[in-house]
Amino acid sequence: MSGINTTGRSLLRGDAGILENSSSFRSSLALAGARLVTKARSIQLGLVASWCVIAVVVLWALFPAWFTSHSGTVGVARQQLRAPSTEHWLGTDALGRDLLARIIHGASQSLSGAFVAVGVGLLVGTALGLIAGSARGRMDGVIMRGVDVLLSIPQLLLSLSIVILLGFGTVNAAIAVGVTAIASFARLARSEVVRVRASDYVEAAFGSGGTFSRVLWRHILPNSLTSVIAFAALQFGWAILTISTLGFLGYGAPPPTPEWGLLIAEGRNYIARAWWLTTVPGLVVILVVLSANRISQSFGKVRT
Amino acid sequence: MSTALNINSPTSRLSNVPALEIGNLAVSYRSHGEDHRVVHDVSLEVRPGEVVALVGESGSGKTTTAQAAIGLLAQNGRVESGSIRLNGTDISGWPQKRLDSIRGSKISLIPQDPTSSLNPVKTIGEQVAEVLQIHRQGRGTEIEARVIELLARVGLSQPELRAKQYPHELSGGMRQRVLIAIAIALKPALIIADEPTSALDVTVQKRILDLIDELRDEYGTAVLLVTHDLGVAADRSNRIVVLKNGRVQEQGPTDEVLAAPRSDYTRKLLSDAPSLGKGRYVISRVKDGSPADADHAVIVENLVQDFHLSARRATFRAVDDISFTVRRGTTHAIVGESGSGKTTTARSIVGFNKPSSGRIVVDGIDVTSLSGESLRRFRKTIQLVYQNPFASLDPRQTIFQVIEEPLLNFDPLPREERVRKVEAILDRVGLPQAVLARKPHALSGGQRQRVAIARALVLEPKILVLDEAVSALDVTVQAQILRLLDELQQALGLTYLFISHDLAVVRQISDTVSVLHNGRLVDEGPVEDVFQNPGSAYTRELIAAIPGQRNAFLENSVLNGASQ
Repeated sequence: MSGINTTGRSLLRGDAGILENSSSFRSSLALAGARLVTKARSIQLGLVASWCVIAVVVLWALFPAWFTSHSGTVGVARQQLRAPSTEHWLGTDALGRDLLARIIHGASQSLSGAFVAVGVGLLVGTALGLIAGSARGRMDGVIMRGVDVLLSIPQLLLSLSIVILLGFGTVNAAIAVGVTAIASFARLARSEVVRVRASDYVEAAFGSGGTFSRVLWRHILPNSLTSVIAFAALQFGWAILTISTLGFLGYGAPPPTPEWGLLIAEGRNYIARAWWLTTVPGLVVILVVLSANRISQSFGKVRT
Repeated sequence: MSTALNINSPTSRLSNVPALEIGNLAVSYRSHGEDHRVVHDVSLEVRPGEVVALVGESGSGKTTTAQAAIGLLAQNGRVESGSIRLNGTDISGWPQKRLDSIRGSKISLIPQDPTSSLNPVKTIGEQVAEVLQIHRQGRGTEIEARVIELLARVGLSQPELRAKQYPHELSGGMRQRVLIAIAIALKPALIIADEPTSALDVTVQKRILDLIDELRDEYGTAVLLVTHDLGVAADRSNRIVVLKNGRVQEQGPTDEVLAAPRSDYTRKLLSDAPSLGKGRYVISRVKDGSPADADHAVIVENLVQDFHLSARRATFRAVDDISFTVRRGTTHAIVGESGSGKTTTARSIVGFNKPSSGRIVVDGIDVTSLSGESLRRFRKTIQLVYQNPFASLDPRQTIFQVIEEPLLNFDPLPREERVRKVEAILDRVGLPQAVLARKPHALSGGQRQRVAIARALVLEPKILVLDEAVSALDVTVQAQILRLLDELQQALGLTYLFISHDLAVVRQISDTVSVLHNGRLVDEGPVEDVFQNPGSAYTRELIAAIPGQRNAFLENSVLNGASQ
């Protein structure tokens, strides 16, 4: 566009030339504007915002000291239940602890819990699904019926029972949540494996003398993983939510720990006097979960 | 001949308004923020009662032109300039909503793939009724009666039953008939048939094309037939438009274009079309009066393959007592339509199926006795090339990894040795070394099939089984691959087992042939013998179904007439 413009300018010197020139300049501006708009649309603001949310939360978890000078666990005397102010941006709780500091310090609890939970589900579930889908036959039947049993138990009930068996604690709660995710991972992985297994290139790999384990490793696993990975991102949000639920019910991290679910539960008692104590951690959980969902959705879109 | 006479009457009656007139059409697609023009300055017209064939290879813009004509371009497609006149009215600038009112009633489409073009959760009757309901043609019982009538009209047996069935209960040919019933329901002025038979067997293809011909005669509908098969175009069209890279190479009456093609591209297409070609690329290697103790690479004796159906204890016999032998260094074809057991036979020979009974000896090894490690070792002897090169290559591997993989499965070779072998075989199949780093999606269909052949050959097998290996390719690419196969056979002394439904292709490449029908062997022998003296009614039907013969007959009759 600009190339045409400059040649136009040099060729046309009269009034008419200037007129024509300016109109073409305007139209090229409009075009550039339209292009910017389409580009912005293609970048997808929601997705960018989601990544920003996750990035901030990850930074909170890794370097909480960058964001707050207050302690997440030790309260300050005579500072109980303060409203948001310049010193305590989100106010303080009943023990005089800065709420923002607790949320920031809690990020590492919630994120690492979610990682462990998704990790357990991803590894065990995918392995089970891979074995079931590629071996088929009796093995498939045994594994998948086991998975069906897992699925038939309400997830919260299952994780509560596991926490009771393993004992209280952040890691145990995460494992409990992970176990409930195994079933859905196994199902998804199996269906993907069955699909990939039926493809011509897998048969061609066997036909060119590949052994079972090699074909599994070289073709079936990498081609099945895409949707499993996208599902893991989705499960990440869900795991944060479930871990917070366990924390809220008192089955997660023990009290002084600034875990998000625990924050919501503790703040609940003061909802009439200090509504922000329970609302803000709740909003943070919602934001993170929504962002994780949005990101996992984008993974799915790349594929198709 | 009779159709040619019928065409003239409606044309003269309806003066000179073409059913479809496309003038200087340009279409572009937008991708990554840039417009790519794929159709340049295409002009053509279809008169009432006329069939115009739009011929070209994939990527030539023929489907885009057809889609533009009916206003169904993909989301990123745009008509840049030009006019599309339907019965004299320019519809190129119409919004979708206005186009809806004429789609189905004035102009309709027969889509390419009958398996994916019908809604799997609706009955056939509902889907045919839909077009009548949308255009408010009658109500309830009237529509029902009309649906039955239409289904009967397109030659479906038991139309009342069919109307209640779901698409999966019908065969491919029957589904295509249903789509035709939908297309003709409102007697449109123009039908656009986008490769209506590419997914079908030759015999079914012939019946479907006959049906379209018949309906056109009856209703005086104009047909724009989009096809890559010049044989089909030669048989069925009054005029041909040849497209390449979105430009019209040549257009004119079919007879003239075929008899005296003006563009080089048309000449190339003509020479590549198997059905119009003149027999084999090379002379047959089967010598007459060969010694009885000839060296056989493949021996199949009384092969039977039963499949157990899960419902009750019923069995289905896919292959029933088939025997044949293949001489070393020759090509044997197995021909039949889908469901004839040809692919099952091929898979048994390669060792993917265990036959229920019978004996298969490949290169002196009894395949039926193999299992486990011995079967794996046997893979070095015989390799299979699949029909669909889009599905047979792992999308995540680079071409180098694809071709290298078979080498990794056997005795370990040092890396340099493997690289050398992969590069040598790539050269052999006529691909540049630059493709090694690419992934399959960056390659065209023909290139992928070359990669698949390279993968099969890298182990230096003695026998190659080609399961419809060229059926999914354009005629031009198909001809290239057939030439490549021939070169490879001569250079490496390979034995081919060529599975195909297309007798025209088989005639070009094979020395001997077995014709299968419903799992039984109905005809066999050297290819020319089978063509000259078909031993069964089914073989005769298959030969008669090869497209591109009507013109051959015409030519003959013209010659005869001249000589008299």
